[in-house]
Parts: sequence; C-alpha cells; structure tokens
Amino acid sequence: MTHPIAHKRQLSPDTYQIRIKADHVANKFKPGQFVILRIHEKSERIPLTVSDVDTSEGTITLIYQVVGKSTMELSTLGTGDAILNCVGPLGNPTEVKHFGRVICVGGGTGIACIYPIVRALAEADNEVISILGARTEKMLILEHEISELSDKTYLSTDDGSKGHHGFVTEVLKDIIAKEHKTKPFQRIIVIGPPQMMKAAADVTRPCHIKTIASLNTIMVDGTGMCGCCRTYVNGDMKLACIDGPEFDAHKVDFDGVISRLSMFQEKEAQAYKDFKKRKPSQ
Amino acid sequence: MIKLGGTRVPMREQKPEERIKNFKSVPLGYSEEEVIKEAQRCIQCKGLPCETECPINMKILEMIREIANRNFKRAFFIIKEDNPIPAITGRVCPQENQCEGVCPPYKRGHGINIGKLEAFVADWAREKGIKEEFHIKKTPEKVAVIGSGPAGISCAVDLRKFGFQVTMYEALHKAGGVLQYGIPAFRLPTEVVDYEIQYLDEIGVDIKLNFFVGQNIKFNELREEFDAIFLATGAGAPFFMDIEGESLKGVYSANEFLIRVNLMKAYKFLDFDTPIVCKGPVGIIGAGNVAMDAARCALRLGVEKVYILYRRTKKQSPARDEEIQHALEEGMLLKELISPKKFVGDEDGWLKEVELFQMELGEADKSGRPRPIKIEGSEFRLKMNTIVEALGSMPNRLFLSRAPELEVNKWGQIKVDHNLMTNIKGVYAGGDAIRGNATVILALGDGRKAAQSIRKYISSKSRS
Ligand SMILES: Cc1cc2nc3c(=O)[nH]c(=O)nc-3n(C[C@H](O)[C@H](O)[C@H](O)COP(=O)(O)OP(=O)(O)OC[C@H]3O[C@@H](n4cnc5c(N)ncnc54)[C@H](O)[C@@H]3O)c2cc1C
Ligand SMILES: Cc1cc2nc3c(=O)[nH]c(=O)nc-3n(C[C@H](O)[C@H](O)[C@H](O)COP(=O)(O)OP(=O)(O)OC[C@H]3O[C@@H](n4cnc5c(N)ncnc54)[C@H](O)[C@@H]3O)c2cc1C
Ligand code: SF4
Ligand code: SF4
Ligand code: FES
Repeated sequence: MTHPIAHKRQLSPDTYQIRIKADHVANKFKPGQFVILRIHEKSERIPLTVSDVDTSEGTITLIYQVVGKSTMELSTLGTGDAILNCVGPLGNPTEVKHFGRVICVGGGTGIACIYPIVRALAEADNEVISILGARTEKMLILEHEISELSDKTYLSTDDGSKGHHGFVTEVLKDIIAKEHKTKPFQRIIVIGPPQMMKAAADVTRPCHIKTIASLNTIMVDGTGMCGCCRTYVNGDMKLACIDGPEFDAHKVDFDGVISRLSMFQEKEAQAYKDFKKRKPSQ
Repeated sequence: MIKLGGTRVPMREQKPEERIKNFKSVPLGYSEEEVIKEAQRCIQCKGLPCETECPINMKILEMIREIANRNFKRAFFIIKEDNPIPAITGRVCPQENQCEGVCPPYKRGHGINIGKLEAFVADWAREKGIKEEFHIKKTPEKVAVIGSGPAGISCAVDLRKFGFQVTMYEALHKAGGVLQYGIPAFRLPTEVVDYEIQYLDEIGVDIKLNFFVGQNIKFNELREEFDAIFLATGAGAPFFMDIEGESLKGVYSANEFLIRVNLMKAYKFLDFDTPIVCKGPVGIIGAGNVAMDAARCALRLGVEKVYILYRRTKKQSPARDEEIQHALEEGMLLKELISPKKFVGDEDGWLKEVELFQMELGEADKSGRPRPIKIEGSEFRLKMNTIVEALGSMPNRLFLSRAPELEVNKWGQIKVDHNLMTNIKGVYAGGDAIRGNATVILALGDGRKAAQSIRKYISSKSRS
C-alpha cells in the first residue's frame, strides 16, 4: 500500500502542505497525533504531525518545513507521486475539553502542529488566544486559518516584518501580565523549537498555569521500541513517541531534548549536501 | 578409545579481517560433499537425545539419513513437517544447549553440526525453488496474527494449512520481527528472512505492514472482526540502566543501534538515509546474543576498539558459543566483572567516559548463575565514546495499555493457560510476548501450538 499525494501547496519559501491518501490514519486521527513516513525504500522514517484529515476521501494533511535531506526530498514530490509508507496515527491525542481560557503558541512549523489543536479547543467551547511566531513575515504560515478559529490572534516575527518585533514568548509574557489576574488562563499549549518551548515554560511557571509542550525528539520506530526519543520529565525517563508527544512543559528537561536533537547533525549535513549535489535543480 | 562419530567437517567461513568489512554471511555453508560427510558421522543413538532436546522435537535422525543418502529433497520435507523456517533456526538456534549439546561427540567438541545441516537443506530447497505445497481447503473463519516474528510466522503458516483466512499485522515497514530488525545480516542474511515472508504471501496470508494494533486499529475492533486472535507481539521495548548520563549523545539502546544498522541499513549511509554515529572506543553493556550482535555491528562500522562490559564472566554469558567465538575472532574485547555506575559527558553533551564498579561473583541466583556483587569504593573510569546498552527488553507497553483487559504478570508478559489462551476467550499469545527474552525456536513452537489451539477453539465454536 502506497500513499499517493492528492494535493500539494507551498505555504512559505520553505514550508509545504501535502494531502496524502491514508484511510487508516484518517479514520483514527485525533488532534495532537502524528504519522511516520518513509518516502521510498532507502529513506529514513520521519515523524510529521497530522494537521487535518478528510475522512470522506481518506486523506490526511501534513505540513512540513524543509530542514534537511528527507524533507527536501519530500518537497521534490508532487501530485501523482506517492509515499511508500505511512504509519499512524501515533502518539497520544491532545487533551481536549472545555478548560475556559487557553493560549495556543506556535513557532515556525510548530504553527502547523498547533493548528488542529486550536480547532479542537475552539470546538470544545474554549476561549482561544493564539500566538504565532516566525523568523520573518514570509515564514508565517496558516495565519488566516488560525485567526478564524481563535478569539484573538497575535503575531510576532524575529525581524519585525509583521506583528510584534521579537519572540512569541515576549507576547505571551505580556498577555499573561495584562490578563491573567483579572481573567485567568486555564491552560497554555506551546509547540515549536525546543528553545522556544523552554522559554515559554519559564514564562508560565511562576504563574502556575498548566503548560503543555509537544516534543519533537528524534524518532525511529515511533512505537516505543528503540528508546531514541527518550527524554526526562520530572526526572523520570519517558518516551516521546508513546508517552507523549505532549508533556507538562514545567517538568521537561529541555536542555536534554535540545542536546539530543543534534546527535546526528554532522551526518545529516552530509546527507543534505550529497542530495543537493545529486539533484542540482533543487 | 574409539572416537565415536569422528571429527566435525569444518565450516568454511569468511576470514575475520575480511568479514568485518562487510555484512555478508560469516559461514559460507557446506558443499554437498561436505554436508553428506557430516551427516554420515551420526551414530544413530538409541533414544535420540538430540530430538528430545530440540524444543520442537524435529525428526533429526530421519533428516540426517536422507542427507547422508543425498536425498536433500526428502530431507527438506521431513524438516518441514515440524519446522516452517529451518533456514533460520539452523542458523540461530542455541544448538549447544539443545540438539547438539546432547549429541555424544559434542563432549569432544565434535557434535554433529545439526543446525548447519538443517540450514543447508533449507538453502538448497530455496535455491532450487522447492517449496512445501499444500491444498488449502477454504474455511470462512478469520484469524488475526499480531506481530510477524517467528511466533507469528509459524502460527500463520499452520493456520493457512487449516484453511483459515489469516491477516497478519506488523507495526514496522518490514515483516520478520527480530529476525528482520535485530539479528544482523552477517548472521541471518536478509534474503533468507525475506523468502519466508514472501512464502507467507504466496500461501495467502494477508500481511498488513505499518499497522500498530492498539493505535491504528483498536484491539476491540479486531476482536469483533476475527474469530480468533494470536498475539505474537514479542518483547521489543528496551530496558535502560536508569543511571546518570543516560541521555548523553552517544548512548544507545541495543534496539536503536540494531534497528538503525539492520532494518534501516545505516551501514550503507548516503545510499540509505538513516544515520548512525559510532565513534570508538565503543562499550557494549551485556553479553548475550544481542550484545554480541551490537559489538559485531560496531566492528563492521569501522570501529577499532569494541569492548563488551560484562558484570559476570565469559563463562556465564548467555550468548551462543558460535557468536562469542566469532566476535572474539573479529577483535571484540571482553572486560569482565564490571558494571557501569554513570556516564560522563563533555561540554557538548557527548559521552566521553564511563564510570564503572568492579564486581565479584557471589552465590548462584535464580538463573543458576553466580550473582554479581558490586565492590564498594572500586569505581574507576574508562574512555568510551559510544555505549550500547544490551540489557534485555520487555513487552511493548503501548500495546498493553491499549488492551487493558489482557492479564499480564509484573514484567508485562501476557498470561496464558496451557493451550496458550489468554484470559480473553479466543485470544491466544506466544513467543517473547509471554516469555520475555527467549529464543526463536521457542517462539516458533508457541506459534504452532497456538494454531492447534485456535483450530480446536474454532471447531468447538462452530459446533455449538
Ligand atoms: C512528533 C513529531 C512531530 C513532528 N511534526 C512535524 C511537522 O508537522 N512539520 C515539520 O516540518 N516537522 C515536524 N517534525 C520534525 C521533523 O520530523 C523533522 O524536521 C524531520 O525528520 C527532519 O528530517 P530531514 O532529513 O529533512 O532533516 P535532517 O537533516 O535529518 O535533520 C535536521 C534537524 O531536524 C531534526 N530531526 C532529524 N531527524 C529527526 C527525526 N527523525 N525526528 C525529529 N526530528 C528530527 C534534528 O534537529 C536535525 O538536526 C516533527 C517531529 C516529531 C518528533
Ligand atoms: C539482537 C537479537 C539477537 C537475537 N539472537 C538470537 C539467536 O541467535 N537465537 C535465538 O534463538 N534467539 C535470538 N534472539 C531472540 C529471538 O529473536 C526472539 O526470542 C524471537 O524473535 C521472539 O519472537 P516473537 O515472534 O515472539 O517476537 P518478535 O520477533 O519480537 O516479533 C514481534 C513483532 O511484533 C511486532 N509488534 C509488536 N507489537 C505490535 C502491535 N501492537 N501491532 C503490530 N505489530 C506489533 C513488532 O514490531 C515485531 O516485529 C535474539 C534477539 C535479538 C533482539
Ligand atoms: S530446530 Fe534448533 S534445536 Fe531443533 S534441531 Fe534444529 S537447530 Fe536443533
Ligand atoms: S545425538 Fe547426534 S549422533 Fe545421536 S542421533 Fe542425534 S545427531 Fe546422531
Ligand atoms: S521512537 Fe523509538 S521508542 Fe520512541
């Protein structure tokens, strides 16, 4: 069984959205879950969050940023091509219920991952405040889709080309300082680069607002068999693929997560360079 | 003194200095003349101790007789009556503790090489395209087999022979379980495993890859859809030491290390995408088959210094004799009576040293082996840039958490009765899922036994 690409769209200079056929995932998916793809026989297994599903046509939508060999190779595929393997949905769904007031923070491709969660939380009658951030305006994805679902949406860019000039965590700090005393927040969900999630956890920790982060550790099988996604939460070893990917951000050892993400950096750079050499058109 | 049985026909092998540069099979296999000569050494003991000790009581003597008479085809069909995957068991069974260990000339180091005879016949049949063919009378009952390791494979084959509609679910993208992702190709060539999987396909087993039961499909949905279920989910979740420094870069579980190397082919990096970083010196913790496999993979990744760090001594190693022998020939170094206390990293978070306790051996424990005891104050450090923890593994807790109605023991092993039925009617289990880290042949035996039980269960159900 392969997974034909039904649709492809470029969202920003290095971000793409694809819809692929995968009935078995579409039928079971809940927000917060991911799939693991293997593009072809020689590919590695890469985890990607499912951002949307269409159960009637049996497709799932994935949004990915080109950061290395596999995502670049994926970006060379288009409608009519197929992905060899897709296993999922993996991981635990986000806890969705009526919390009251929630803040969803998405940074970079984390915006893609937070999108289905915003929708689910809005559907569960929460007041959703979204904060989206990226390096620059062009990289800010899904602004329109998310602001439609949110009660209020704030934007920020590192270079100030749109919204707040700076980091999402500064916006978050500001909102909490202004509103938390009078209209408290019940929950905050942050997804993005681990450095950003760590900073967000530092912002919310002193005000004791339950904060959830989704960890993008390196993964291989995604079913609890290799242990490469291990991470420490409150001092206990957890596996991001089966115990997560979401954890209490105040208890995650983000420094460990950040460090382990660079374990294969040298090899990844080598693979990327090699691939670009072989595909000069890219 | 007469030397019963004479001396063993030596197995030709790739030379150590050559083979550590490739992942091809180390033994080169017997030739027809050699295999016949080896078979002719059998002294046809009364009582057939070899058959008694084989966990599936294979008809070894009959096989040997046919081989000695150059009737390889007949030998093949005799083996197949009991053993659906002889090319595999012949290569990986711990023969010295089973069939071969009780063969009289074994005491002199010259037991009949039963495993290699078995593998020869199976390879011969594969090369000649000779397969066991059977007429499948169709029955409407449907059975699900979860997991595609040796337990799942052997159960599926028998269930098809009984005529049931069999669907096999496998979480990974390739079928075979440990045979595929764990045991390296230089010990068990990939084409040997692939051939058995292809055979499943040919006899009509519907193999669904990339399906994790519990996640893709709910266990309850399966129970509704199928008349019976066989759980052959193995024990694939690694144990960790749970000591300081375990999240350092350079520290792997044996499962991650072997999955990257074998299943994902990281040893062909750049042609294949999955990377592995394996800088020497490498320390492997543990001394079983898994540890030997990891050590030998590390040597093949070009590392010069690969150490087994073992808390007991070589004598107590649970690995197959052949594995230890091969690993030592290839340059693996053994450090006995030591056990890690913590891993020490550099400023970039990479492993650089291991702090270890010196150990001593005490009284025998439950496994019959002397218990290793820490010597307090004996700590010392060794420079290590890679650590692979081969401490054993346990059943997958994700699956168990998705099937909470299943009864398990405190190690997460699924509880079964003497028919291999779990506490849920119509749901059977076998292999590592009920035993923890056991062997291919025990998993295979369970698969066959479960198939029988399932047949009885289904026929009693249809009568009532
Ligand atoms: C649960 C989960 C959900 C994710 N969802 C998304 C998503 O929706 N969109 C998206 O763009 N990205 C997502 N990622 C990250 C994505 O998997 C990686 O960007 C991708 O694997 C990189 O592959 P590459 O070969 O292109 O880059 P590489 O050159 O392999 O790596 C570049 C960097 O990406 C990270 N990385 C590498 N391999 C992995 C891996 N197997 N798993 C995680 N990170 C890795 C490392 O930090 C590495 O330095 C998710 C990761 C996880 C764990
Ligand atoms: C590196 C290594 C070397 C070994 N060497 C030897 C040896 O030399 N000799 C020997 O006799 N034994 C050896 N063993 C042990 C032997 O491989 C196992 O005892 C045997 O494979 C167990 O078989 P099994 O069928 O029970 O499970 P496995 O082979 O573990 O197969 C289980 C399969 O089920 C799949 N699965 C699990 N959960 C699910 C789910 N929920 N849905 C779908 N699929 C699922 C897994 O992905 C896996 O593929 C070795 C083991 C390892 C790890
Ligand atoms: S199956 Fe294993 S134990 Fe039995 S005869 Fe063959 S090698 Fe020996
Ligand atoms: S124990 Fe050895 S010698 Fe005796 S019958 Fe078996 S294989 Fe032959
Ligand atoms: S990815 Fe292998 S255990 Fe989580």
